[in-house]
Amino acid sequence: MTIKQGAVASRITRLGRRGCDLIESLGRAGVFLAQSAVGVPSAEGIRLWIRQLHFVGVLSLAIVLVSGLFIGMVLALQGYTILIDFGAEDALGQMVALSLLRELAPVVAALLFAGRAGSALTAEIGLMKATEQLTSMEMIGVDPLRRVVAPRFWAGVVALPILTVGFSVVGIWGGYLVGVEWLGVFEGSYWSNMQASVGFINDIGNGMIKSVVFAVVVTWIAVFQGYDLMPTSEGISRATTRTVVYSSLAVLGLDFILTAVMFGGL
Amino acid sequence: MKRSRAMEFGVGLFILVGVLGMVFLGLRVSGLSFSGPSNTFQLDAHFSNIGGLKPRARVSMSGVTVGHVESIELDTEWYDARVTLSLDSELEGQISRDATASILTSGLLGEQYVGLSMGGDPDMLEPGDTIRDTQSALVLEELIQQFISNMASN
Repeated sequence: MTIKQGAVASRITRLGRRGCDLIESLGRAGVFLAQSAVGVPSAEGIRLWIRQLHFVGVLSLAIVLVSGLFIGMVLALQGYTILIDFGAEDALGQMVALSLLRELAPVVAALLFAGRAGSALTAEIGLMKATEQLTSMEMIGVDPLRRVVAPRFWAGVVALPILTVGFSVVGIWGGYLVGVEWLGVFEGSYWSNMQASVGFINDIGNGMIKSVVFAVVVTWIAVFQGYDLMPTSEGISRATTRTVVYSSLAVLGLDFILTAVMFGGL
Repeated sequence: MKRSRAMEFGVGLFILVGVLGMVFLGLRVSGLSFSGPSNTFQLDAHFSNIGGLKPRARVSMSGVTVGHVESIELDTEWYDARVTLSLDSELEGQISRDATASILTSGLLGEQYVGLSMGGDPDMLEPGDTIRDTQSALVLEELIQQFISNMASN
């Protein structure tokens, strides 16, 4: 009886400790974000930021644009086969544009970004920690949060919305290629239906808000996982996996909440 | 140094792509025009049934969009729907007192909008006035019900 009680008690203790750990790491992540992201950048900081923007933005452009093209083409193909049943293939442009701007561009671009740039950020910062570069920076009086983390964080926050815009544009063009050039939807109705139904603030603006939120969350998770990991090779591999898993879940979960607030009529 | 210049050029190009993409989305996809917020004036119209009309639905005259639905609320005095229309100020003082407002549907299953048609009265409506002559939305169920009861009585 007493043994059983002890086992239950220890299990409860473990559960409580796990909860405390979770809250603690959440708090650490918040303090970390506030310390690294807030502040006026120096000229050197801006140069570092540009270098990171090149890495997370320019080099991610190819994969994001190619994915956008294919997703736009698939949307047009799928939409056409359904809409033609109702004789409503003129609404193809509207369908492609709205699904891209509201949902697919922000979400898919964020998922690709987490895989392409987020994991690399985690591994890079993690390796810096494991090889004690961050500690040496502190020793010579350079704040690693400002020098290493801040440029990466801000580069991610700026890069993802731009990538999302590119994704939408290329996707809509891909829809045009398949719908108009290949399947023969009338070109005028493709664009005019789109223009009649897409609102600049309501659809494009809300899509951009989503994209900025995803950018902050994904980059935050990536740099924090890199900074907070166990400085071993196993720790780096685990943190990189965690970055992709956590940011994908966070993006999809937040997407539901943001959609409910923006378009759900709440 | 040379590599850093190329990199900065790439980043500049990347940001430019973002700005141009945004311009494309604004102009080509959402059909935004830079005419700014045009001046409008408001008219009320009472309908006994608005069907599926929503705020921001368009108001058209002879098929030309001349404004949008500003708000829809229940008039508790008459228990009908008071629809406030926001129209281009070009039309201010140009709509005759016996103009008709009707709720129409674009296409068979399309969205509903308000169609205005002019009357012949020389008196014109002032901002804030109410359009007297209105036609409610066509509700398909009521139509079918009427049809069936007509058939039954024949």
